[in-house]
Amino acid sequence: MNSPMLKIENLVMRFGGVVACNDFTAEIKEGQIVGLIGPNGAGKTTIFNVVTGVYKPTAGQILFSPNGIEQHQLTGLSPDKIAKLGVCRTFQNIRLFGELTVLENVFIGNHLRVKSDVFSTVLRLPHYVAEEKRLYEKSLYLLEKIGLQDTKDEKASSLPYGMQRRLEIARALATDPRLLLLDEPAAGMNPQETRELIEFIREIKDEFDLTIFLIEHHMEVIMEISEKIYVLDHGVLIAQGNPSEIQRNEKVVEAYLGVG
Amino acid sequence: MREKNKRHVTLLILALTILGLFLANRFLDPYKVRVINLSGIYVTLGLSMNLINGMTGMFSLGHAGFMAVGAYTVGILTMPITMKEMNFFMQPIVPFLANVEWGFLPALIAAGLISALLGVLIGAPVLRLTDDYLAIATLGFAEIIRVVFTNTQSLTNGALGLKGIPNYTNTWWSWGVALVTIWFISYLMRGTYGKAFLAVREDEVAARAMGINLFKHKVMSFAFGCFFAGVAGGLMAGLLGTIDPNMFRITLTFNILLIVVLGGLGKIGGTIIAAVIVTAGMETLRFLDESMDLGFVQIKGIPGMRMVVFSIILIVAVILREKGLLRRPKGREFTYVKN
Ligand SMILES: Nc1ncnc2c1ncn2[C@@H]1O[C@H](COP(=O)(O)OP(=O)(O)O)[C@@H](O)[C@H]1O
Ligand SMILES: [Mg+2]
Repeated sequence: MNSPMLKIENLVMRFGGVVACNDFTAEIKEGQIVGLIGPNGAGKTTIFNVVTGVYKPTAGQILFSPNGIEQHQLTGLSPDKIAKLGVCRTFQNIRLFGELTVLENVFIGNHLRVKSDVFSTVLRLPHYVAEEKRLYEKSLYLLEKIGLQDTKDEKASSLPYGMQRRLEIARALATDPRLLLLDEPAAGMNPQETRELIEFIREIKDEFDLTIFLIEHHMEVIMEISEKIYVLDHGVLIAQGNPSEIQRNEKVVEAYLGVG
Repeated sequence: MREKNKRHVTLLILALTILGLFLANRFLDPYKVRVINLSGIYVTLGLSMNLINGMTGMFSLGHAGFMAVGAYTVGILTMPITMKEMNFFMQPIVPFLANVEWGFLPALIAAGLISALLGVLIGAPVLRLTDDYLAIATLGFAEIIRVVFTNTQSLTNGALGLKGIPNYTNTWWSWGVALVTIWFISYLMRGTYGKAFLAVREDEVAARAMGINLFKHKVMSFAFGCFFAGVAGGLMAGLLGTIDPNMFRITLTFNILLIVVLGGLGKIGGTIIAAVIVTAGMETLRFLDESMDLGFVQIKGIPGMRMVVFSIILIVAVILREKGLLRRPKGREFTYVKN
């Protein structure tokens, strides 16, 4: 393959006096699972926010290549355009459509791929009805995958925490992403749920042909599924490498023990 | 199977509505028929505002303004040519409108389209900003349109208003439009665009991350809402026969807001019921504004008293809602057509 799926070059993100991310460079190849770790406040979520267009970076560029050939500059694009190109995410502090049902949450993930215009949806023209039926089937399939098919008519906010996290992943999958960004998907999960999540991430990666960028605090998750790990501390990249290299890295151990 | 049952229920409700209107026209006195007309118009108004404020989560206070636009559009377009000459005695009407005399349906559609177009022109610049700006801009628009209509003598006949607008509005028109509005908004909310509106209401950040263009969807929802507000304004003109700029004050918007809040934000069934109850209630409470003779004591009428009473009812209803007393059991709400 030629160009990597995601290329972050010399990214700087400043909030007033706070430098949340300073000169960060990273590369994710198609089909990889890449981890991003670091202590609280290191700037991990900020990087996701910049990649998905929530913030415009102070400096640097982000290149996305959904198929290895064409390259899109993501900096300056709005979040919805970035999602349409094939980058979707979950949120560290869950952001479901709380008052809507579980099924509606996933169904809404399909909206960006809908071809019919609004009047054909109101008139329920045959081509829209067919499209809608297909999207509902797809949504139900995704719910089945995360094991939530029985709660499809419940309010999303009424689900337990772990299920809400999985529902966020299903909603993101409904957008047909090429690159999936997961922000602490195992947060608040018990060891059993965490194990299932690891399996689940591997499964969806294969089935939907995904590339995954993952922030996680559970070390066992990161070490087990990432091919490559970037370590961030105070907005600065302090190490990168495969899991065993990272585990042996002194700077990483120091950052995690809170020395200095 | 369930789909089929739903269709039968819909057809049954439709048949009962038609039968009810037929009987009402036949046996009720004109005053009661007028209340039925107003109810139908307020159903349309309530739903159109609920689409904007309840379902898409924007905060618009411009309904009275968009109704004014619709009412004047219908008034000017449907009024007979000789009637126009009589109305515009201070200053003749602009030449290009002097000789038009449209039927009611095309005039209503024009009312909706002009209102929607104005909605987009006013909404587009501010919908990129946060929702507070929409409230301010629409409130300002509703007030400004009154001033404008008061001063455009050769277009709207200024403060004199329009008299002798043909009384096209009957229960078939008012409730026919209400049914079309119910159908349109139910089906809109059932489809993927309507769901996207709900997503925008629930969480704008998440909606954008799921590829929903906030601006496009907000403008779309706002334009639909303004369209129906304009049509309802046109129906009002055809019902009253006389309109002037001062009819379209902010209190009119608050009446509709009252319906939306009582009916429930985002709820279609609730809004329909609330529209009927509030309209009928406002008429029933009209005696509060007039002087009362209680035999031993004479109470002078206090204009606006019924608004006070209604406001109190609103506050109580909101408090009861908060406490969950008026909340219906979960999952049994008639909201929008669900799959
Ligand atoms: N919108 C913002 N405005 C100001 N400061 C911010 C903003 N977002 C993040 N920060 C700051 O950037 C730093 C990194 O935050 P974050 O990326 O959330 O860290 P992490 O996800 O690694 O825990 C923190 O100091 C945080 O306070
Ligand atoms: Mg974070």
